[in-house]
Amino acid sequence: MKKYTLLACAAAFAVAGCSTTGGSSDVASASTKDWTAPVGKDGNAPFPSTYSPYPGRPTALVGATVFDGRGGRIDNGTVLFRDGKVVAVGDASLATDGYDRIDGSGKFVTPGVIDIHSHLGDYPTPSVQAHSDGNEATSPMTPEVWAEHSVWPQDPGFTRALANGGVTSLQILPGSANLTGGRSVTLKNVSARTVQGMKFPGAPYGMKMACGENPKRVYGGKGRAPSTRMGNFAVNRQMWLDAQAYDGKKRDLGKETLNGVLDGEILVHNHCYRADEMALVMDMAKEMGYKVTAFHHAVEAYKIGDLLKENDVCSAIWADWYGFKMEAYDGILENAALLRQAGACVVIHSDDENGIQRLNQEAAKAQAAGLRLGIDIPDAEVVGWFTHNAAKAMGIADMTGSLETGKMADVVLWNGDPLSVYSRPEKVWVDGALMFDAMDRKRRPVSDFELGQPGEGDVK
Amino acid sequence: MKALATLLASAAIAFAAPATAQSFVVTNATVASGDGSEPIESGYVVVENGKVSAIGSGTPASNLPAIDANGAWVTPGIFATVTSLGLWDVGAVSESNDTRAGGAPFSAALDVAPVINPSSQHILVHRASGITRAATVTLPSSSIFGGQGAVIDLGADPDAVTQARAFQVVALGEYGGRIAGGSRVATHTLLRAALREASANRAATSADIRSDDVLLTRFDAAALAPVARGEQPLYVYVERASDIRSTLALKSEFPRLDLVLVGASEGWLVASEIAAAGVPVIADGLDDLPANFEELAATQSNIGRMVKAGVRVALNAAAMQNPRNLNQYAGNLVALTRMPGADGLTWGQAFAAITSVPAAISGMGDKAGVLAPGAVGDLVIWDGDPLEVGSMPVKVYIDGIDQPLDNHQSRLKERYRDLDESDLPKGYDW
Repeated sequence: MKKYTLLACAAAFAVAGCSTTGGSSDVASASTKDWTAPVGKDGNAPFPSTYSPYPGRPTALVGATVFDGRGGRIDNGTVLFRDGKVVAVGDASLATDGYDRIDGSGKFVTPGVIDIHSHLGDYPTPSVQAHSDGNEATSPMTPEVWAEHSVWPQDPGFTRALANGGVTSLQILPGSANLTGGRSVTLKNVSARTVQGMKFPGAPYGMKMACGENPKRVYGGKGRAPSTRMGNFAVNRQMWLDAQAYDGKKRDLGKETLNGVLDGEILVHNHCYRADEMALVMDMAKEMGYKVTAFHHAVEAYKIGDLLKENDVCSAIWADWYGFKMEAYDGILENAALLRQAGACVVIHSDDENGIQRLNQEAAKAQAAGLRLGIDIPDAEVVGWFTHNAAKAMGIADMTGSLETGKMADVVLWNGDPLSVYSRPEKVWVDGALMFDAMDRKRRPVSDFELGQPGEGDVK
Repeated sequence: MKALATLLASAAIAFAAPATAQSFVVTNATVASGDGSEPIESGYVVVENGKVSAIGSGTPASNLPAIDANGAWVTPGIFATVTSLGLWDVGAVSESNDTRAGGAPFSAALDVAPVINPSSQHILVHRASGITRAATVTLPSSSIFGGQGAVIDLGADPDAVTQARAFQVVALGEYGGRIAGGSRVATHTLLRAALREASANRAATSADIRSDDVLLTRFDAAALAPVARGEQPLYVYVERASDIRSTLALKSEFPRLDLVLVGASEGWLVASEIAAAGVPVIADGLDDLPANFEELAATQSNIGRMVKAGVRVALNAAAMQNPRNLNQYAGNLVALTRMPGADGLTWGQAFAAITSVPAAISGMGDKAGVLAPGAVGDLVIWDGDPLEVGSMPVKVYIDGIDQPLDNHQSRLKERYRDLDESDLPKGYDW
């Protein structure tokens, strides 16, 4: 009876989901470098990506309204892609010889949708205990764990995110029970037998951190530190001091991750709700010599838009979640708009296997709230909240997240305005390969788990 | 937006007055009556003494104060069913949360009516989102019976409860099985035992029930008597197709039961049987994942398919992050009509699924969730299509009374409209 997710989380602190998991500035550490752990004796990084694009046809989308993900809008535009890459984006005068033409009249084209905060695979459906692999809740600091080692590639949630949400890339994070939850993994949303087959080639790793209620509750409940917010900071700071003292002679998986952060190679994704606490975290980062790339669930970010801009930190947020826990009590619909007014970076995230199917709608809600406040944000910029800005904060913006020549052809053709509730993805391409087509029932993935089950291959 | 600013200004002039039931007419509106029909362009709604007295197109002959809606949408208030509105302030702060009573000695006898808090921010926020009435109930936790829910209004007055003890809830399926002792088998045994005790009508009067006879107290059994007599609807939380069939089959043993299915993610697989039984459904709007083994066939087309089969379906507010997302969910069901192979709802059907249908299921048919003569004056004027994401009310009336729309969130929004602290800290900005 997961209808009561909100209340179940609130009352029982269920393992998955809400309460336990929790601008335009470029992310300094964004990198195409495939940083992993120190290489082994054979010179290779562990668990390398085996993903390679599927075949696609040279395709010309013509006549649609094109949002490029970076604030650009072209009415009656043309998008050309072939061999997995965007070739050109322009107006109706672009020549389409040699391309399959798809008429996009009355439709819209955006970059593939990107979710910066997902637990698909780590908390897959069916949401049974045997599938609960998102929190290594045995120590407040587990920088040594890697989310990819928990990902079940057969999670049906990946297919729904693709078909209903137009999601082409997503970051899987460990949960928020721990102050330091471990490494994230960035995936291409392409059905695969192994997680390596989904790993986004060249994406930097992230490290999940959490401040506030969750770590102190989980470990305070076990009668150990941290049991308070001051305990959270004490444990964290000591962790960083110890990491700085690591000499690397004997391999230590946790220290390797922490040093990856200190070297700017691994991006910090910090679950943090309250404004005052985010300010403290940013000061801790300065003290210890690392950078927070994005605060996730930043419900109170609007109170410190100036600080977030000054520190070049993105806020990954929901449009309207509030009230389900004390640190979410000051959630307001205008969060994104006020952040944008302050010049800070906005990303719309899901943290939810249902919400990931409607990131476009969440962004539209946040946009409308801004308009009522007199903050008029163009549609083309709002589309960037769930495409380019997410890519930036994940360190993959030079590869995807926008429709620009040479970038991956991760593309969604919507059957209407993507900021309208009445629109849906009609076709989704990943690296130029058509991976979802609403017009072709066989062009939608069905996970192993769903074979032979009631509803197999249904529109879902 | 400009038109709305004008509307707001004129409305403020017209009704800067007291919180009593008003008589007025809204003209030049896009009127959606909530009854399943499509919206009326250039329509009007007349409210007299707190009740709707007329609705139509064109201009009514009326001397009542008029509000020119400038083409804006006017609808009945949204009716949110299966909510916890009024029962908590902060979900995870257990002291503020009255949705569960796992340690209580009572279950079916629990009654939310005396504890509804009309000043809860949860109510204020949802009033500002266009929800004017709701069915509120606690979660089954000490037993498969959750207790008696109430129909409430979200007005800014002390009288929240429209109807106390409006329905009883029981959890079957996986969730009920866990509570009942570990399996669905136990839920059915317990349910039957309880209904027989209630039917025997011994419960209220007699001390002759052996304490080990059933798992319910005398008080609980007494509370179930109106359920057994069919005087109080029984909301059954159930998802799997086979569990739905077993639920419908209860009528052969207890013919007077007034059943309502809640959840029903696999309802489309047994839609014709549900329709034949005449049982309404409060269904999860967009569930499309096998969230557990009783929802393997979940699809967003569930509701469209059930409606097509003739089932009366309302959207379940408990299946979403907040009841204020009801209109977004309904809009998504309209979007499905444009997807090959999918089954959605027309705009009118979708809007009815969050207004007149849940109201009727809650016993307020023709009285709430609809703009029709004699219905309560619950009226919302919107800044856009009410099913479109981002649309919000500019005016909300409950029982014909103009409602305040401010709350904790709107105050925060105003305080942080800018970050200027050059004269004084934010703490002085109020």
